[in-house]
Amino acid sequence: MTLVDTRTPDPKKFIKGATGDWEMVLGLEVHAQVTSESKLFSSSSTEFGQPPNNNVSFVDAAMPGMLPVINEECVRQAVRTGLGLKAKINKRSIFDRKNYFYPDQPPGYQISQYLDPIVGEGKVLLDMGEDGEVEIGVERLHLETDAGKLMHDQHPNMSFVDLNRAGVALMEIVSKPDLRSSDEAKAYISKLRTILRYLGTCDGNMEQGSMRADINVSVRRPGGEFGTRCEIKNVNSVRFAGQAIEYEARRQIDILEDGGEIDQETRLFDPKTGETRSMRSKEDAQDYRYFPEPDLLPLEFDDAFIEELAKDLPELPDEKRARFIKEFGLTAYDANVLVADRDSAAFYEAVAEGRDGKLAANWVINELFGRLNKEDLAVTASPVSAEQLGGIVDLISKGDISGKIAKDLFEIVWTEGGDPAQLVEERGMKQVTDTGAIEKIVDEIVAANPDQVAKAQENPKLMGWFVGQVMKASQGKANPQAVNKILKDKLGL
Amino acid sequence: MSVDADTVKRIGRLARIKIEDGDVEKLNGELNTILEFVEQLSEVDVTGVEPMTSVAPMALRRREDKVTDGGYPEKIVANSPLSEDNFFMVPKVVE
Repeated sequence: MTLVDTRTPDPKKFIKGATGDWEMVLGLEVHAQVTSESKLFSSSSTEFGQPPNNNVSFVDAAMPGMLPVINEECVRQAVRTGLGLKAKINKRSIFDRKNYFYPDQPPGYQISQYLDPIVGEGKVLLDMGEDGEVEIGVERLHLETDAGKLMHDQHPNMSFVDLNRAGVALMEIVSKPDLRSSDEAKAYISKLRTILRYLGTCDGNMEQGSMRADINVSVRRPGGEFGTRCEIKNVNSVRFAGQAIEYEARRQIDILEDGGEIDQETRLFDPKTGETRSMRSKEDAQDYRYFPEPDLLPLEFDDAFIEELAKDLPELPDEKRARFIKEFGLTAYDANVLVADRDSAAFYEAVAEGRDGKLAANWVINELFGRLNKEDLAVTASPVSAEQLGGIVDLISKGDISGKIAKDLFEIVWTEGGDPAQLVEERGMKQVTDTGAIEKIVDEIVAANPDQVAKAQENPKLMGWFVGQVMKASQGKANPQAVNKILKDKLGL
Repeated sequence: MSVDADTVKRIGRLARIKIEDGDVEKLNGELNTILEFVEQLSEVDVTGVEPMTSVAPMALRRREDKVTDGGYPEKIVANSPLSEDNFFMVPKVVE
């Protein structure tokens, strides 16, 4: 691929070196496991966590004479993903053999796509906060088989091989070298995961290995020629990606500033030390000897096949975000938080429908998400339903309860359940807006505390003490605005 | 097109076939004879002919996404020289 620099160097992202500023250039290859029942070329299961070699057919084990037959759903998933990345869909693509020997790869080759992938150029938009929106180019997406799993800790001098994962469909999504900081790389992985989850084409569970990233890192003088890159293999969390990139960029800068050269090589990130180390020696330089897979014909489909899939595509995060901002008047920040997860967005929409969108967003993000995070619960397992939270928002909007009482009410609904409006009635939580009643309380407190009155008249800031007393006397039910107004009148402030 | 002694050794290494130094010259000659034979194909003018990836005049057959295979781990490891708990056992490989 021809390397094109699409970015303008940004001094905020420069890395200080002993001899001047440096800029990192990053490109990512994300391997995303395709959501499907069975494998890419065999009918064995893709289910995670099964007993060793249980999800293995003779095709996966590469027994002689076994032939691959492609899973149609995996093709559809790749096309859906391509559409979600606003990418070019190639109606004709070709599978190739990528040859290498390793015990996790029984045939001695991986079936992949080399020159003619199923999906071509696309893009991913990143919202980098105050740095604005950044467009990251996608070079291609291709289908390929995953390898098996090796375990090295079961025996002193033998490795154990489990082929359950061998042959499971992967999408390799290759970015252009458009990323310029570890924050952008982290945002890119997160955004990609969100898009895949919306599409339902990959579950995005990095801890189970459903999504892994190979990160190409190079450094250069700002805006200069691209440097020699190193590839960090198999990074399996967003946080590790950030650490690996920061370490690797610094390592390369140190070498270059000492007058050395970067060896183009594959490296591994060690989460324990936070360092990267060389993985393969030069003599073993990989030579995959790609050639067209003779057991498979080219993969071809027509426009109708693509249109059918396009028709059923869900609303994607970028569109949803734009709609939330427009329809509900949300800030870009709140909209980002809400659309990051499809279930969260759906929950919010159910709360916001027909109500004050901003108020609903506050309650969903601050109260509900805060509480869910604390209890480590998914939004789908929330004890407070969207309907109940909507009920609380209604009571606030109507002025029936204050924000403070609403928090108490939220707590009651969370632990005990029930209809918010009914709870407010039954437990007498309704806000007192009747100015006569509030005035009575104010009068009593003012009369009982002449010293405080004198102090407050000296220093109006001390009025807060009275507000507190009134709220206390009303058990938090007095309308705070009304209390403030009446107090000011009575104290002559 | 022809290969030299280094290429022969490299091909052997990539294919995990051990080639003794004494055999390199003989294999080199044999491989070059094969390459020369195949090279006759380049006499044919293929201008404008699309590269062919298969001789079968048919479309790629696809299957439904259903689980109908697997579930026989003991058969999978049956031919393995060493296995334990239905795992294959291989000499330790650690990167």
